[in-house]
Amino acid sequence: MAAEQVLVEKTRRKLSLTLIVGGSLVAVVVLAALVSFFWTPYNPVQAFPADRLQGSSAAHLMGTDRYGRDVFSGVLYGARITLLVGLVAVGIALVIGTPLGILAGMRGGITEEVTMRGADILLAFPALLVAIMFGAVFGASTLTAMLAIGIGSIPGFARVARSGTLQVMSTEYIMAAKASSQSGWRIARRHVMPNIVGMVVVQCSVSFAIAVLAEAALSFLGLGTPPPVPSWGRMLQESQQFLGTFPMLAVWPGAAIAVAVLGFTLLGDGLRDRFDPKLNGER
Amino acid sequence: MGIRLLTNLVRFAVTYVIATVAVFFFMRAIPGDPAQIALGVNASPELLAKTRAEFGTDRPLIVQYFDWALGLPAGNFGTSYVTRQDISPLIIDRVQVSLILVVLAMLVALLIAVPFGTYAAVKHRNPSGIIISGVSQLGVAIPNFLAGILLVVVFAVGLGWLPANGWTPPGEDFGDFLARVFLPVLALASVQGAILTRYVRSAVMEVMSEDYLRTARSKGLGKLESLVKHGLRNASIPVLTVTSVQLAALIIGAVVIERVFVIPGLGSMLLDAVGNRDLLTVQSVVMVLVAITLIINLVVDVLYTILDPRIRKGA
Repeated sequence: MAAEQVLVEKTRRKLSLTLIVGGSLVAVVVLAALVSFFWTPYNPVQAFPADRLQGSSAAHLMGTDRYGRDVFSGVLYGARITLLVGLVAVGIALVIGTPLGILAGMRGGITEEVTMRGADILLAFPALLVAIMFGAVFGASTLTAMLAIGIGSIPGFARVARSGTLQVMSTEYIMAAKASSQSGWRIARRHVMPNIVGMVVVQCSVSFAIAVLAEAALSFLGLGTPPPVPSWGRMLQESQQFLGTFPMLAVWPGAAIAVAVLGFTLLGDGLRDRFDPKLNGER
Repeated sequence: MGIRLLTNLVRFAVTYVIATVAVFFFMRAIPGDPAQIALGVNASPELLAKTRAEFGTDRPLIVQYFDWALGLPAGNFGTSYVTRQDISPLIIDRVQVSLILVVLAMLVALLIAVPFGTYAAVKHRNPSGIIISGVSQLGVAIPNFLAGILLVVVFAVGLGWLPANGWTPPGEDFGDFLARVFLPVLALASVQGAILTRYVRSAVMEVMSEDYLRTARSKGLGKLESLVKHGLRNASIPVLTVTSVQLAALIIGAVVIERVFVIPGLGSMLLDAVGNRDLLTVQSVVMVLVAITLIINLVVDVLYTILDPRIRKGA
Protein backbone atom coordinates (compact mmCIF):
# COMPACT_ATOMS: atom_id res chain seq x y z
CA MET A 1 0.00 0.00 0.00
CA ALA A 2 2.69 2.40 1.07
CA ALA A 3 4.70 1.69 -2.06
CA GLU A 4 1.65 2.34 -4.19
CA GLN A 5 1.10 5.64 -2.39
CA VAL A 6 4.66 6.66 -3.14
CA LEU A 7 4.18 5.78 -6.80
CA VAL A 8 1.05 7.90 -6.97
CA GLU A 9 2.88 10.80 -5.35
CA LYS A 10 5.72 10.36 -7.82
CA THR A 11 3.41 10.45 -10.84
CA ARG A 12 1.65 13.50 -9.43
CA ARG A 13 4.92 15.34 -9.21
CA LYS A 14 5.98 14.31 -12.70
CA LEU A 15 2.59 15.41 -14.03
CA SER A 16 2.76 18.85 -12.56
CA LEU A 17 6.14 19.19 -14.26
CA THR A 18 4.40 18.53 -17.60
CA LEU A 19 1.89 21.20 -16.70
CA ILE A 20 4.55 23.69 -15.65
CA VAL A 21 6.72 23.22 -18.74
CA GLY A 22 3.69 23.26 -21.06
CA GLY A 23 2.22 26.29 -19.35
CA SER A 24 5.54 28.16 -19.46
CA LEU A 25 6.04 27.52 -23.17
CA VAL A 26 2.50 28.67 -23.91
CA ALA A 27 3.10 31.72 -21.72
CA VAL A 28 6.21 32.58 -23.75
CA VAL A 29 4.19 32.48 -26.98
CA VAL A 30 1.35 34.54 -25.49
CA LEU A 31 3.83 37.04 -24.10
CA ALA A 32 5.55 37.35 -27.49
CA ALA A 33 2.19 38.04 -29.11
CA LEU A 34 1.21 40.61 -26.46
CA VAL A 35 4.58 42.36 -26.64
CA SER A 36 4.27 42.61 -30.42
CA PHE A 37 1.23 44.86 -29.95
CA PHE A 38 3.32 47.46 -28.14
CA TRP A 39 6.84 46.92 -29.29
CA THR A 40 8.95 45.14 -31.87
CA PRO A 41 12.63 46.04 -32.41
CA TYR A 42 11.82 47.04 -36.02
CA ASN A 43 8.73 47.24 -38.14
CA PRO A 44 8.39 43.55 -39.09
CA VAL A 45 7.21 44.31 -42.63
CA GLN A 46 9.63 47.11 -43.41
CA ALA A 47 12.53 46.15 -45.70
CA PHE A 48 16.02 47.53 -45.20
CA PRO A 49 17.79 46.40 -48.39
CA ALA A 50 21.16 47.58 -47.07
CA ASP A 51 20.89 45.18 -44.11
CA ARG A 52 19.81 42.07 -45.98
CA LEU A 53 20.80 38.55 -44.90
CA GLN A 54 22.72 39.43 -41.77
CA GLY A 55 23.55 36.98 -39.00
CA SER A 56 22.67 37.47 -35.36
CA SER A 57 23.99 40.66 -33.86
CA ALA A 58 23.18 43.17 -31.15
CA ALA A 59 21.19 45.19 -33.67
CA HIS A 60 19.34 42.15 -35.09
CA LEU A 61 18.98 39.45 -32.45
CA MET A 62 17.95 36.77 -34.99
CA GLY A 63 19.48 38.44 -38.05
CA THR A 64 17.65 39.71 -41.12
CA ASP A 65 16.01 38.03 -44.11
CA ARG A 66 16.54 38.53 -47.82
CA TYR A 67 14.70 41.87 -47.81
CA GLY A 68 16.54 43.07 -44.74
CA ARG A 69 13.53 42.57 -42.49
CA ASP A 70 14.29 41.90 -38.84
CA VAL A 71 13.63 38.20 -38.13
CA PHE A 72 13.08 38.67 -34.39
CA SER A 73 10.35 41.25 -35.06
CA GLY A 74 8.75 38.82 -37.52
CA VAL A 75 8.86 35.96 -35.00
CA LEU A 76 7.21 38.19 -32.35
CA TYR A 77 4.53 39.30 -34.77
CA GLY A 78 4.04 35.75 -36.04
CA ALA A 79 3.03 34.67 -32.53
CA ARG A 80 0.04 36.97 -32.90
CA ILE A 81 -1.10 35.30 -36.13
CA THR A 82 -0.55 31.83 -34.67
CA LEU A 83 -2.60 32.57 -31.56
CA LEU A 84 -5.32 34.38 -33.51
CA VAL A 85 -5.78 31.47 -35.91
CA GLY A 86 -5.65 28.96 -33.04
CA LEU A 87 -8.16 30.86 -30.92
CA VAL A 88 -10.71 31.35 -33.67
CA ALA A 89 -10.31 27.81 -35.03
CA VAL A 90 -10.61 26.17 -31.60
CA GLY A 91 -13.49 28.54 -30.80
CA ILE A 92 -15.40 27.43 -33.90
CA ALA A 93 -14.83 23.74 -33.14
CA LEU A 94 -15.73 24.22 -29.46
CA VAL A 95 -18.95 26.10 -30.12
CA ILE A 96 -20.18 23.71 -32.81
CA GLY A 97 -18.67 20.38 -31.78
CA THR A 98 -19.37 20.37 -28.05
CA PRO A 99 -23.16 20.97 -28.16
CA LEU A 100 -23.47 18.40 -30.95
CA GLY A 101 -21.57 15.85 -28.86
CA ILE A 102 -23.67 16.55 -25.77
CA LEU A 103 -26.86 16.27 -27.81
CA ALA A 104 -25.71 12.99 -29.33
CA GLY A 105 -24.79 11.59 -25.93
CA MET A 106 -28.05 12.64 -24.27
CA ARG A 107 -30.50 11.84 -27.02
CA GLY A 108 -28.94 8.65 -28.37
CA GLY A 109 -30.75 6.88 -31.20
CA ILE A 110 -30.98 8.55 -34.57
CA THR A 111 -29.57 11.89 -33.32
CA GLU A 112 -26.45 10.13 -32.10
CA GLU A 113 -26.10 8.06 -35.26
CA VAL A 114 -26.43 11.07 -37.56
CA THR A 115 -24.08 13.27 -35.52
CA MET A 116 -21.39 10.65 -35.17
CA ARG A 117 -21.57 9.59 -38.82
CA GLY A 118 -21.30 13.26 -39.72
CA ALA A 119 -18.22 13.50 -37.54
CA ASP A 120 -16.79 10.41 -39.27
CA ILE A 121 -17.27 11.99 -42.68
CA LEU A 122 -15.64 15.19 -41.50
CA LEU A 123 -12.72 13.13 -40.17
CA ALA A 124 -12.01 12.03 -43.73
CA PHE A 125 -11.34 15.72 -44.46
CA PRO A 126 -8.32 16.77 -42.40
CA ALA A 127 -7.99 20.47 -41.62
CA LEU A 128 -5.25 20.88 -44.18
CA LEU A 129 -7.36 19.41 -46.95
CA VAL A 130 -10.35 21.59 -46.03
CA ALA A 131 -8.05 24.59 -46.02
CA ILE A 132 -6.71 23.70 -49.47
CA MET A 133 -10.29 23.49 -50.76
CA PHE A 134 -11.14 26.84 -49.16
CA GLY A 135 -8.00 28.32 -50.68
CA ALA A 136 -8.97 27.01 -54.13
CA VAL A 137 -12.49 28.41 -53.99
CA PHE A 138 -12.18 31.62 -51.97
CA GLY A 139 -8.46 32.39 -52.24
CA ALA A 140 -5.97 32.20 -49.40
CA SER A 141 -6.45 34.40 -46.33
CA THR A 142 -6.18 34.28 -42.56
CA LEU A 143 -9.96 33.96 -42.42
CA THR A 144 -10.16 30.90 -44.68
CA ALA A 145 -7.32 29.28 -42.73
CA MET A 146 -9.17 29.85 -39.43
CA LEU A 147 -12.47 28.58 -40.83
CA ALA A 148 -10.92 25.51 -42.39
CA ILE A 149 -8.92 24.50 -39.33
CA GLY A 150 -11.97 25.16 -37.16
CA ILE A 151 -14.23 22.97 -39.28
CA GLY A 152 -11.59 20.25 -39.39
CA SER A 153 -11.42 20.26 -35.57
CA ILE A 154 -15.17 19.86 -34.97
CA PRO A 155 -15.22 16.01 -34.90
CA GLY A 156 -12.67 15.89 -32.09
CA PHE A 157 -14.85 18.05 -29.85
CA ALA A 158 -18.04 16.20 -30.79
CA ARG A 159 -16.44 12.86 -29.91
CA VAL A 160 -14.99 14.01 -26.59
CA ALA A 161 -18.23 15.72 -25.55
CA ARG A 162 -20.27 12.67 -26.51
CA SER A 163 -18.15 10.15 -24.63
CA GLY A 164 -18.09 12.42 -21.57
CA THR A 165 -21.86 12.87 -21.74
CA LEU A 166 -22.39 9.13 -22.04
CA GLN A 167 -20.36 8.62 -18.86
CA VAL A 168 -22.36 11.25 -16.99
CA MET A 169 -25.69 9.96 -18.27
CA SER A 170 -25.06 6.53 -16.77
CA THR A 171 -24.64 7.91 -13.24
CA GLU A 172 -27.23 7.76 -10.49
CA TYR A 173 -27.64 11.48 -10.05
CA ILE A 174 -28.80 11.76 -13.64
CA MET A 175 -31.38 9.09 -12.94
CA ALA A 176 -32.45 11.13 -9.93
CA ALA A 177 -32.61 14.27 -12.02
CA LYS A 178 -34.68 12.48 -14.63
CA ALA A 179 -36.94 11.04 -11.96
CA SER A 180 -37.61 14.54 -10.65
CA SER A 181 -38.61 15.33 -14.25
CA GLN A 182 -35.97 17.95 -14.94
CA SER A 183 -35.88 19.14 -18.52
CA GLY A 184 -33.16 17.95 -20.85
CA TRP A 185 -31.76 21.45 -21.14
CA ARG A 186 -31.59 21.74 -17.35
CA ILE A 187 -29.83 18.38 -17.04
CA ALA A 188 -27.37 19.40 -19.73
CA ARG A 189 -26.65 22.73 -18.05
CA ARG A 190 -26.63 21.64 -14.42
CA HIS A 191 -25.15 18.17 -14.61
CA VAL A 192 -23.55 17.32 -17.93
CA MET A 193 -21.63 20.49 -18.75
CA PRO A 194 -19.93 20.95 -15.37
CA ASN A 195 -18.81 17.33 -15.47
CA ILE A 196 -17.32 17.33 -18.94
CA VAL A 197 -15.72 20.75 -18.79
CA GLY A 198 -12.35 19.23 -17.85
CA MET A 199 -12.30 16.94 -20.85
CA VAL A 200 -13.32 19.79 -23.12
CA VAL A 201 -10.56 22.04 -21.78
CA VAL A 202 -8.04 19.27 -22.50
CA GLN A 203 -9.43 18.96 -26.02
CA CYS A 204 -9.03 22.73 -26.46
CA SER A 205 -5.35 22.52 -25.66
CA VAL A 206 -4.78 19.48 -27.89
CA SER A 207 -6.71 21.08 -30.76
CA PHE A 208 -4.76 24.27 -30.29
CA ALA A 209 -1.53 22.38 -30.88
CA ILE A 210 -3.01 20.83 -34.03
CA ALA A 211 -4.24 24.26 -35.17
CA VAL A 212 -0.77 25.77 -34.74
CA LEU A 213 0.69 22.95 -36.85
CA ALA A 214 -2.00 23.33 -39.50
CA GLU A 215 -1.59 27.11 -39.66
CA ALA A 216 2.16 26.73 -40.05
CA ALA A 217 1.70 24.15 -42.80
CA LEU A 218 -0.83 26.36 -44.60
CA SER A 219 1.27 29.48 -44.55
CA PHE A 220 4.25 27.32 -45.57
CA LEU A 221 2.25 26.29 -48.63
CA GLY A 222 1.17 29.85 -49.29
CA LEU A 223 -2.43 29.12 -48.32
CA GLY A 224 -2.48 30.98 -45.01
CA THR A 225 -2.00 34.60 -44.09
CA PRO A 226 -0.91 36.42 -47.26
CA PRO A 227 2.28 38.51 -47.33
CA PRO A 228 3.56 40.91 -46.15
CA VAL A 229 2.10 40.04 -42.70
CA PRO A 230 4.74 37.80 -41.09
CA SER A 231 3.74 34.24 -40.20
CA TRP A 232 6.08 31.50 -39.00
CA GLY A 233 5.14 29.07 -41.75
CA ARG A 234 5.88 31.53 -44.53
CA MET A 235 9.11 32.68 -42.92
CA LEU A 236 10.13 29.03 -43.00
CA GLN A 237 9.10 28.69 -46.62
CA GLU A 238 11.02 31.81 -47.62
CA SER A 239 14.10 30.50 -45.81
CA GLN A 240 14.23 27.43 -48.06
CA GLN A 241 16.15 29.27 -50.78
CA PHE A 242 18.90 30.12 -48.34
CA LEU A 243 19.37 26.79 -46.58
CA GLY A 244 22.87 26.46 -48.02
CA THR A 245 24.02 29.92 -46.95
CA PHE A 246 21.79 31.06 -44.06
CA PRO A 247 20.27 28.00 -42.37
CA MET A 248 19.46 30.05 -39.24
CA LEU A 249 16.70 31.74 -41.24
CA ALA A 250 14.87 28.39 -41.06
CA VAL A 251 15.82 27.62 -37.48
CA TRP A 252 14.19 30.65 -35.81
CA PRO A 253 10.64 30.34 -37.16
CA GLY A 254 10.98 26.54 -36.93
CA ALA A 255 11.87 26.76 -33.27
CA ALA A 256 8.96 29.13 -32.69
CA ILE A 257 6.53 26.62 -34.22
CA ALA A 258 8.00 23.75 -32.19
CA VAL A 259 7.81 25.75 -28.94
CA ALA A 260 4.15 26.61 -29.52
CA VAL A 261 3.15 23.06 -30.48
CA LEU A 262 5.13 21.48 -27.67
CA GLY A 263 3.66 23.98 -25.20
CA PHE A 264 0.05 23.28 -26.08
CA THR A 265 0.63 19.50 -26.30
CA LEU A 266 2.27 19.37 -22.87
CA LEU A 267 -0.34 21.70 -21.42
CA GLY A 268 -3.05 19.36 -22.73
CA ASP A 269 -1.27 16.30 -21.27
CA GLY A 270 -0.79 18.01 -17.93
CA LEU A 271 -4.41 19.16 -17.79
CA ARG A 272 -5.61 15.69 -18.72
CA ASP A 273 -3.76 14.20 -15.77
CA ARG A 274 -5.16 16.90 -13.53
CA PHE A 275 -8.75 16.39 -14.61
CA ASP A 276 -8.64 12.64 -15.03
CA PRO A 277 -6.23 11.03 -12.57
CA LYS A 278 -7.30 7.57 -13.78
CA LEU A 279 -5.45 8.04 -17.06
CA ASN A 280 -2.22 8.92 -15.27
CA GLY A 281 -0.62 10.36 -18.36
CA GLU A 282 -0.22 7.03 -20.12
CA ARG A 283 -1.26 8.34 -23.46
CA MET B 1 -18.58 -11.61 -38.91
CA GLY B 2 -20.44 -11.41 -42.23
CA ILE B 3 -22.90 -8.87 -40.85
CA ARG B 4 -20.10 -6.77 -39.44
CA LEU B 5 -18.32 -6.79 -42.76
CA LEU B 6 -21.51 -5.80 -44.54
CA THR B 7 -22.14 -2.95 -42.09
CA ASN B 8 -18.62 -1.70 -42.69
CA LEU B 9 -19.10 -1.83 -46.45
CA VAL B 10 -22.43 0.02 -46.33
CA ARG B 11 -20.98 2.64 -44.00
CA PHE B 12 -18.02 3.10 -46.35
CA ALA B 13 -20.30 3.47 -49.37
CA VAL B 14 -22.58 6.03 -47.66
CA THR B 15 -19.63 8.08 -46.38
CA TYR B 16 -18.02 8.00 -49.81
CA VAL B 17 -21.16 9.20 -51.59
CA ILE B 18 -21.75 12.02 -49.09
CA ALA B 19 -18.12 13.04 -49.48
CA THR B 20 -18.48 13.29 -53.27
CA VAL B 21 -21.56 15.50 -52.85
CA ALA B 22 -19.76 17.71 -50.31
CA VAL B 23 -16.66 18.13 -52.45
CA PHE B 24 -18.52 18.73 -55.73
CA PHE B 25 -20.95 21.33 -54.44
CA PHE B 26 -18.41 23.07 -52.22
CA MET B 27 -16.22 23.63 -55.26
CA ARG B 28 -19.14 25.40 -56.87
CA ALA B 29 -19.85 27.57 -53.83
CA ILE B 30 -18.79 30.61 -55.81
CA PRO B 31 -20.81 31.06 -58.97
CA GLY B 32 -18.54 31.40 -61.95
CA ASP B 33 -18.47 30.24 -65.53
CA PRO B 34 -15.41 28.07 -66.23
CA ALA B 35 -15.75 28.82 -69.94
CA GLN B 36 -15.72 32.57 -69.29
CA ILE B 37 -12.69 32.19 -67.01
CA ALA B 38 -10.86 30.08 -69.58
CA LEU B 39 -11.57 32.44 -72.49
CA GLY B 40 -11.47 35.82 -70.79
CA VAL B 41 -14.03 38.64 -70.79
CA ASN B 42 -13.75 39.46 -74.49
CA ALA B 43 -14.82 36.06 -75.81
CA SER B 44 -17.64 35.99 -78.34
CA PRO B 45 -20.96 34.45 -77.25
CA GLU B 46 -20.61 31.73 -79.91
CA LEU B 47 -17.20 30.67 -78.67
CA LEU B 48 -18.44 30.76 -75.07
CA ALA B 49 -21.36 28.51 -75.94
CA LYS B 50 -19.08 26.13 -77.80
CA THR B 51 -16.60 25.96 -74.92
CA ARG B 52 -19.42 25.45 -72.40
CA ALA B 53 -20.65 22.53 -74.46
CA GLU B 54 -17.11 21.19 -74.64
CA PHE B 55 -16.69 21.43 -70.86
CA GLY B 56 -20.19 20.13 -70.28
CA THR B 57 -20.91 23.09 -68.01
CA ASP B 58 -24.02 24.04 -70.03
CA ARG B 59 -25.85 21.12 -68.42
CA PRO B 60 -27.68 21.33 -65.07
CA LEU B 61 -25.41 21.08 -62.02
CA ILE B 62 -26.95 17.83 -60.88
CA VAL B 63 -26.20 16.17 -64.24
CA GLN B 64 -22.63 17.42 -64.01
CA TYR B 65 -22.37 15.95 -60.53
CA PHE B 66 -23.53 12.50 -61.61
CA ASP B 67 -21.28 12.61 -64.64
CA TRP B 68 -18.28 13.32 -62.41
CA ALA B 69 -19.19 11.07 -59.47
CA LEU B 70 -20.03 8.05 -61.62
CA GLY B 71 -16.77 8.44 -63.54
CA LEU B 72 -14.68 8.41 -60.35
CA PRO B 73 -14.71 4.68 -59.51
CA ALA B 74 -13.63 3.94 -63.08
CA GLY B 75 -10.76 6.40 -62.73
CA ASN B 76 -12.45 8.79 -65.12
CA PHE B 77 -11.97 12.29 -63.75
CA GLY B 78 -12.73 14.45 -66.78
CA THR B 79 -10.82 17.15 -68.62
CA SER B 80 -9.28 20.12 -66.85
CA TYR B 81 -10.92 23.45 -67.71
CA VAL B 82 -7.58 25.19 -67.41
CA THR B 83 -5.00 22.91 -69.02
CA ARG B 84 -7.59 21.20 -71.29
CA GLN B 85 -5.82 17.92 -70.49
CA ASP B 86 -7.36 14.64 -69.38
CA ILE B 87 -6.87 14.55 -65.61
CA SER B 88 -7.04 10.76 -65.21
CA PRO B 89 -3.61 9.63 -66.46
CA LEU B 90 -1.98 12.44 -64.49
CA ILE B 91 -3.64 11.36 -61.27
CA ILE B 92 -2.77 7.70 -61.81
CA ASP B 93 0.84 8.73 -62.42
CA ARG B 94 1.00 10.96 -59.37
CA VAL B 95 -0.83 8.66 -56.97
CA GLN B 96 1.91 6.04 -57.37
CA VAL B 97 4.58 8.51 -56.32
CA SER B 98 2.61 9.59 -53.25
CA LEU B 99 1.79 6.03 -52.22
CA ILE B 100 5.44 4.96 -52.45
CA LEU B 101 6.32 7.87 -50.18
CA VAL B 102 3.55 7.22 -47.68
CA VAL B 103 3.93 3.44 -47.46
CA LEU B 104 7.71 3.61 -47.06
CA ALA B 105 7.33 6.32 -44.42
CA MET B 106 4.80 4.28 -42.45
CA LEU B 107 7.00 1.17 -42.58
CA VAL B 108 10.00 3.12 -41.33
CA ALA B 109 7.85 4.80 -38.66
CA LEU B 110 6.68 1.41 -37.40
CA LEU B 111 10.25 0.10 -37.48
CA ILE B 112 11.13 2.99 -35.18
CA ALA B 113 8.02 2.92 -33.01
CA VAL B 114 7.50 -0.76 -32.21
CA PRO B 115 10.93 -1.53 -30.73
CA PHE B 116 11.39 1.87 -29.08
CA GLY B 117 7.84 2.02 -27.75
CA THR B 118 8.04 -1.52 -26.35
CA TYR B 119 11.42 -0.79 -24.81
CA ALA B 120 10.16 2.46 -23.27
CA ALA B 121 7.22 0.57 -21.77
CA VAL B 122 9.27 -2.32 -20.39
CA LYS B 123 11.88 0.09 -19.00
CA HIS B 124 9.45 2.83 -18.05
CA ARG B 125 11.15 3.37 -14.70
CA ASN B 126 14.69 3.40 -16.16
CA PRO B 127 16.31 6.59 -17.41
CA SER B 128 16.63 5.03 -20.88
CA GLY B 129 12.86 4.51 -21.08
CA ILE B 130 12.16 8.01 -19.83
CA ILE B 131 14.58 9.49 -22.37
CA ILE B 132 12.77 7.69 -25.21
CA SER B 133 9.45 9.08 -23.95
CA GLY B 134 10.93 12.56 -23.78
CA VAL B 135 12.41 12.42 -27.28
CA SER B 136 9.16 11.10 -28.73
CA GLN B 137 7.30 13.95 -27.01
CA LEU B 138 9.65 16.42 -28.65
CA GLY B 139 9.26 14.70 -32.04
CA VAL B 140 5.50 15.13 -31.89
CA ALA B 141 5.93 18.90 -31.70
CA ILE B 142 8.00 19.16 -34.88
CA PRO B 143 5.98 19.55 -38.08
CA ASN B 144 7.18 17.18 -40.80
CA PHE B 145 8.09 20.01 -43.19
CA LEU B 146 10.35 21.48 -40.51
CA ALA B 147 11.93 18.04 -40.03
CA GLY B 148 12.40 17.92 -43.81
CA ILE B 149 14.10 21.30 -43.92
CA LEU B 150 16.39 20.42 -41.02
CA LEU B 151 17.32 17.12 -42.68
CA VAL B 152 18.16 18.98 -45.89
CA VAL B 153 20.31 21.44 -43.93
CA VAL B 154 22.27 18.63 -42.29
CA PHE B 155 22.47 15.82 -44.85
CA ALA B 156 22.21 17.61 -48.19
CA VAL B 157 23.70 21.07 -47.58
CA GLY B 158 26.01 20.38 -44.66
CA LEU B 159 27.37 16.90 -45.30
CA GLY B 160 26.50 16.71 -48.99
CA TRP B 161 25.63 13.01 -48.68
CA LEU B 162 22.25 13.09 -50.38
CA PRO B 163 20.43 15.20 -52.97
CA ALA B 164 18.31 17.97 -51.45
CA ASN B 165 15.29 17.35 -53.67
CA GLY B 166 13.89 15.85 -56.84
CA TRP B 167 12.47 12.47 -57.81
CA THR B 168 13.52 9.46 -59.88
CA PRO B 169 11.05 6.63 -60.48
CA PRO B 170 12.29 3.34 -58.97
CA GLY B 171 12.04 1.59 -62.34
CA GLU B 172 14.37 4.08 -63.98
CA ASP B 173 17.39 4.18 -61.68
CA PHE B 174 16.89 2.37 -58.40
CA GLY B 175 20.03 3.73 -56.74
CA ASP B 176 19.10 7.30 -57.52
CA PHE B 177 15.53 6.60 -56.40
CA LEU B 178 16.78 5.44 -53.00
CA ALA B 179 19.07 8.45 -52.63
CA ARG B 180 16.25 10.86 -53.45
CA VAL B 181 13.52 9.15 -51.47
CA PHE B 182 15.62 8.79 -48.32
CA LEU B 183 15.28 12.27 -46.84
CA PRO B 184 11.56 12.83 -47.56
CA VAL B 185 10.72 9.40 -46.15
CA LEU B 186 12.86 10.08 -43.10
CA ALA B 187 11.18 13.47 -42.62
CA LEU B 188 7.73 11.88 -42.66
CA ALA B 189 8.77 8.79 -40.70
CA SER B 190 10.65 10.48 -37.88
CA VAL B 191 7.66 12.56 -36.85
CA GLN B 192 5.22 9.66 -37.36
CA GLY B 193 7.60 7.36 -35.50
CA ALA B 194 7.59 9.73 -32.53
CA ILE B 195 3.79 9.81 -32.46
CA LEU B 196 3.48 6.04 -32.78
CA THR B 197 6.18 5.38 -30.17
CA ARG B 198 3.96 7.09 -27.61
CA TYR B 199 1.01 4.91 -28.53
CA VAL B 200 3.00 1.67 -28.64
CA ARG B 201 4.41 2.52 -25.22
CA SER B 202 1.02 3.11 -23.65
CA ALA B 203 -0.50 0.04 -25.33
CA VAL B 204 2.30 -2.22 -24.10
CA MET B 205 2.12 -0.74 -20.61
CA GLU B 206 -1.59 -1.42 -20.54
CA VAL B 207 -1.02 -5.04 -21.61
CA MET B 208 1.74 -5.47 -19.03
CA SER B 209 -0.71 -4.79 -16.23
CA GLU B 210 -3.09 -7.54 -17.41
CA ASP B 211 -3.65 -10.70 -15.39
CA TYR B 212 -2.84 -13.07 -18.23
CA LEU B 213 0.63 -11.64 -18.47
CA ARG B 214 1.19 -12.19 -14.77
CA THR B 215 0.02 -15.78 -15.28
CA ALA B 216 2.47 -16.20 -18.13
CA ARG B 217 5.27 -14.85 -15.94
CA SER B 218 4.31 -17.20 -13.11
CA LYS B 219 4.54 -20.13 -15.52
CA GLY B 220 8.20 -19.29 -15.75
CA LEU B 221 8.31 -17.26 -18.96
CA GLY B 222 10.68 -14.32 -18.99
CA LYS B 223 9.47 -10.71 -19.23
CA LEU B 224 10.24 -10.41 -22.92
CA GLU B 225 9.11 -13.93 -23.78
CA SER B 226 5.72 -13.50 -22.12
CA LEU B 227 5.29 -10.15 -23.83
CA VAL B 228 6.10 -11.52 -27.26
CA LYS B 229 3.98 -14.65 -26.83
CA HIS B 230 0.90 -13.14 -25.19
CA GLY B 231 1.16 -9.39 -25.02
CA LEU B 232 1.99 -8.06 -28.45
CA ARG B 233 -1.06 -9.42 -30.19
CA ASN B 234 -3.27 -7.66 -27.67
CA ALA B 235 -1.23 -4.51 -27.81
CA SER B 236 -1.44 -4.54 -31.59
CA ILE B 237 -5.14 -3.64 -31.66
CA PRO B 238 -4.96 -0.09 -30.25
CA VAL B 239 -1.74 0.42 -32.22
CA LEU B 240 -3.50 -0.65 -35.40
CA THR B 241 -6.23 1.94 -34.79
CA VAL B 242 -3.72 4.71 -34.37
CA THR B 243 -1.70 3.50 -37.36
CA SER B 244 -4.76 3.82 -39.58
CA VAL B 245 -5.54 7.30 -38.32
CA GLN B 246 -1.89 8.26 -38.74
CA LEU B 247 -1.71 6.73 -42.21
CA ALA B 248 -4.47 9.12 -43.25
CA ALA B 249 -2.56 11.98 -41.61
CA LEU B 250 0.57 10.86 -43.43
CA ILE B 251 -1.15 11.12 -46.81
CA ILE B 252 -1.96 14.75 -46.05
CA GLY B 253 1.48 15.28 -44.53
CA ALA B 254 2.98 14.04 -47.79
CA VAL B 255 1.28 16.95 -49.57
CA VAL B 256 3.54 19.35 -47.68
CA ILE B 257 6.63 17.16 -47.85
CA GLU B 258 6.27 16.90 -51.63
CA ARG B 259 6.46 20.67 -51.70
CA VAL B 260 9.65 20.72 -49.61
CA PHE B 261 11.41 18.08 -51.71
CA VAL B 262 9.91 19.02 -55.12
CA ILE B 263 8.39 15.57 -55.60
CA PRO B 264 5.82 15.14 -58.39
CA GLY B 265 3.11 13.43 -56.32
CA LEU B 266 -0.57 14.08 -55.72
CA GLY B 267 0.23 16.85 -53.26
CA SER B 268 2.20 18.91 -55.77
CA MET B 269 -0.53 18.31 -58.33
CA LEU B 270 -3.16 19.53 -55.86
CA LEU B 271 -1.23 22.64 -54.89
CA ASP B 272 -0.42 23.52 -58.49
CA ALA B 273 -4.11 23.12 -59.34
CA VAL B 274 -5.06 25.42 -56.44
CA GLY B 275 -2.57 27.99 -57.75
CA ASN B 276 -4.10 27.78 -61.24
CA ARG B 277 -7.67 27.85 -59.95
CA ASP B 278 -8.12 24.53 -61.72
CA LEU B 279 -11.23 23.51 -59.80
CA LEU B 280 -11.97 20.21 -61.54
CA THR B 281 -8.45 18.98 -60.85
CA VAL B 282 -8.63 20.18 -57.24
CA GLN B 283 -11.92 18.43 -56.60
CA SER B 284 -10.70 15.21 -58.25
CA VAL B 285 -7.42 15.06 -56.32
CA VAL B 286 -9.20 15.91 -53.06
CA MET B 287 -11.66 13.11 -53.73
CA VAL B 288 -8.82 10.65 -54.43
CA LEU B 289 -7.18 11.59 -51.12
CA VAL B 290 -10.47 11.24 -49.24
CA ALA B 291 -11.20 7.91 -50.93
CA ILE B 292 -7.76 6.57 -49.95
CA THR B 293 -8.43 7.63 -46.35
CA LEU B 294 -11.82 5.91 -46.34
CA ILE B 295 -10.40 2.73 -47.88
CA ILE B 296 -7.69 2.61 -45.20
CA ASN B 297 -10.37 2.88 -42.51
CA LEU B 298 -12.36 0.10 -44.14
CA VAL B 299 -9.34 -2.20 -44.38
CA VAL B 300 -8.47 -1.56 -40.74
CA ASP B 301 -12.00 -2.38 -39.65
CA VAL B 302 -11.72 -5.69 -41.50
CA LEU B 303 -8.29 -6.35 -40.00
CA TYR B 304 -9.72 -5.84 -36.52
CA THR B 305 -12.18 -8.59 -37.13
CA ILE B 306 -9.34 -10.91 -38.06
CA LEU B 307 -7.04 -9.90 -35.20
CA ASP B 308 -9.57 -9.83 -32.40
CA PRO B 309 -11.64 -12.98 -31.95
CA ARG B 310 -13.98 -11.11 -29.61
CA ILE B 311 -15.10 -8.89 -32.47
CA ARG B 312 -15.10 -11.83 -34.90
CA LYS B 313 -17.66 -13.63 -32.80
CA GLY B 314 -19.75 -10.49 -32.62
CA ALA B 315 -19.43 -10.11 -28.87
